[in-house]
Amino acid sequence: MTLPLIAVIAGLVAWPASYAIYLATLNRRMTAFIGLDNFDILLDNETFRMVIWQSCFFAVTAVLLKALIGFWLAHMLHHIPTKGQRKWRGMLLVPWVIPPALSTLGWWWMFEPSYSSINWLLNAVGGPSIPWLGEPWWARISVVIVNVWYGAPFFMIMYLAALKSVPDQLYEAAAIDGATGWQGLIHVTLPMMRNIISITVLFSLIVTFANYDIVRVLTNGGPRDLTHVFASYAFQVGVLSGNIPRGAAVSLFMFPLLAVVAFFVLRGVNRRQREMA
Amino acid sequence: MAQVTLRRIIKEYEGGVQAVKGIDLDIADHEFVVLVGPSGCGKSTTLRMIAGLEEISAGDIAIGGALVNDIPPRDRDIAMVFQNYALYPHMTVYDNMAFGLMLRKFPKAEIDRRVKEAARILDIGMLLDRKPKALSGGQRQRVAMGRAIVRDPKVFLFDEPLSNLDAKLRVQMRTEIKKVHQTVKTTTIYVTHDQVEAMTLADRVVVMNHGVIEQVGPPQELYHNPATRFVAGFIGSPAMNFIPCRLEQGGAGLQVELPGGVALPVPAERKARYTAHQGRELLFGIRPEHLTEVRPNDHRDNMAVFEAVPEVVEPMGMETLAHFRVDGAEICARLDPATPAAPGRKLPLAADMAKMHLIDPKSDKVL
Ligand SMILES: Nc1ncnc2c1ncn2[C@@H]1O[C@H](COP(=O)(O)OP(=O)(O)O)[C@@H](O)[C@H]1O
Ligand SMILES: [Mg+2]
Repeated sequence: MTLPLIAVIAGLVAWPASYAIYLATLNRRMTAFIGLDNFDILLDNETFRMVIWQSCFFAVTAVLLKALIGFWLAHMLHHIPTKGQRKWRGMLLVPWVIPPALSTLGWWWMFEPSYSSINWLLNAVGGPSIPWLGEPWWARISVVIVNVWYGAPFFMIMYLAALKSVPDQLYEAAAIDGATGWQGLIHVTLPMMRNIISITVLFSLIVTFANYDIVRVLTNGGPRDLTHVFASYAFQVGVLSGNIPRGAAVSLFMFPLLAVVAFFVLRGVNRRQREMA
Repeated sequence: MAQVTLRRIIKEYEGGVQAVKGIDLDIADHEFVVLVGPSGCGKSTTLRMIAGLEEISAGDIAIGGALVNDIPPRDRDIAMVFQNYALYPHMTVYDNMAFGLMLRKFPKAEIDRRVKEAARILDIGMLLDRKPKALSGGQRQRVAMGRAIVRDPKVFLFDEPLSNLDAKLRVQMRTEIKKVHQTVKTTTIYVTHDQVEAMTLADRVVVMNHGVIEQVGPPQELYHNPATRFVAGFIGSPAMNFIPCRLEQGGAGLQVELPGGVALPVPAERKARYTAHQGRELLFGIRPEHLTEVRPNDHRDNMAVFEAVPEVVEPMGMETLAHFRVDGAEICARLDPATPAAPGRKLPLAADMAKMHLIDPKSDKVL
C-alpha cells in the first residue's frame, strides 16, 4: 500500500533534493568533489553577503506585511454581512490569481521612471517623483510592495477561514467576562488562530525566501545586485554565469535554517492541536 | 442588591420574527428564577437580552435598579453559563476562571484566592492546570460554573446548562447547581426546556410559550393551579389528561359529563366558580396521579369512580401507567403496581375530583 508513496517520495522529493546537495559539492566544471568549498567561497563574497541580507530583509518584511494586511482585510471582511462578503472577497483575491510574472510586469510599468503612473499620481497631488527602481532602498521597497500585493490575499483567505472557525459563543463569553473588542482580539481571536498564523507565516516565509519572478522581472537584481534574493542570484550565478554547482549552493543556503524553523513551528502547531482541538 | 426587572420587553429579529412579545418580569434579589417552555418560545432570547448579547427592540431592562438597555455586557456585572460551556480552548481551567478577573485588573492574590475557592466549592481543584479538551462534559460544566462564581456578579444567567449531559449526570449537576445557589445566593435566571429541572430548581418558575409569559409562580402553585391549558399540560409528567366534556346540572349538583356517558360529580366547593359555565362545552383536565385504582375502604371526599379499559399497561416499578381512551382522547392513569391491570380488561378507576380542572377551550384559560 505504501509502496507507491515511497516511490513518489523517493523520485520526486529525495532524489532531486539529494542531487541538488550533491551538485553543490562539485567544482565549477562538475568534475571534482570539493565538499563545502562552494559555501566557503560564497560567504567570502561581498555580493553574496548582501544577497543574504537582502533575502532576509525581503522575506521577513514582506511576510510580516502580508500577515498584517491579510489579517486586517480578513477582519474587515468578517464583519460585513455574508452576502456582500463574497463579492469583496472575490475582488480582493484578484492579485493572487494573476500569474505573478504578468502582474509584476504591470508593476514594473507603473514604477518605470519615464512613464511611472505612480509618480504621475504623486506629482498630481504635489508629491515628488520617486526613483522606484533606480535607487537601492526604493528598489528594495518596490520589490516588497509587489510581493505583498501579490501575497496578502492568500493570508486574507486563510485568516478569514480561521476567523469563521472561532465560535461566536467564545466572543460572547469574553464580552460577558468583561473584554472589550480589542481585548477579545488579543485574548481570544489571536490565540485561537495561532496555528493558522504559524502555518501561513511558515509557508509564506519558505515561499518568499524562494521567490524568483518578482525580483527577476522588476529589478533583475539591480541596481548593482542590491535587490537580489537567493533564487534570482542562484539563477544568475548558476545559469547566466554558468557555475551550476555554486548556483545550487546559493539556493541551498537557507535550507538548514528554514528546516529548523519549520521543525519548531510545526511541533508547536501539533502540540496546540492536541491540547485544543 | 440585584433585582432584575423586565418591562414590556419586545424582541423582533430581522425579517420581522417577534421572538419575544412584550414580557414583564420582576426578579427579587437572591431569587432563583427558571424560564421554561418548549424550544423556540423565546427563553434564550430573553436571557440574552438580559445579558446584553442581544439588543432589545422595545422595553426596559434594569439590573440592581439601574437601567441597562444601552449598557454592553461587560458593564452589566453578570455572568453566564452557556449550553455548550463556551470555555476558552486555549486556556487552562485556571485561566478560564481567572480571565474575567484579570480583565478587571484584580490583584493576582485575590484572583488566586477566588479561583481556589470556586474550585473547592465545585470540587475541580485537581483540574486547574488542564485545558478544556482534557475534561469530561460534567467537568467542563463545573468549570463554566466556576468561571461565573469567581466573578461574584450581580446575576447568574444559565442557558440550558445541563442539556449536553447524560441523564444521570444531569440529575447530579442539578443538585450541584442548587447547592451552589444555596451557598452563594446570587440572583439567578435559569433557562431550560425541561419542566423537571424547572420545578426542582426554581424559587419561581416562569412558563413561556410563543414569546409570551403564560404564568409565573412557585413550582407548587404552577402544579396545583395552572392558569392556562398550556401550563397545565406543560408542567407535570406524565402530562395532564384533557378530555372534552360538558358541564351540566345533575341530581346531586354540577357534574362533568364525558363522552361515552360517564358523569363525574364536581366538588361542592367549586360550585360558585363553575356555575356560570353550566351547559358549555369545556375541557376536563386531570393529572394521571389523580386518576388511580379504586382502593378498598377509600373514603376520601370527592372520589368519583368509573370504569375504563386500558389499551396499554406500563409497569414502572414504583407505579404502573395505564393508558386508555375516552372518545379519542388519550388518557393516562397512575396505578399502584399491585393493581391487577391488563390491556383489554375492565378496570375501575377513581378520579380525585378535588384536583380537577376545567378549561375554556376558546380562551385556553383554566376556569
Ligand atoms: N438570530 C436570530 N435571528 C432570527 N430569528 C431568531 C434568532 N435567534 C432566535 N430566533 C428565533 O426566535 C425564536 C426564539 O428563539 P430562542 O429564544 O432561541 O428560543 P428558545 O431558547 O426558547 O428555544 C425562535 O423562533 C427562533 O427561530
Ligand atoms: Mg434556547
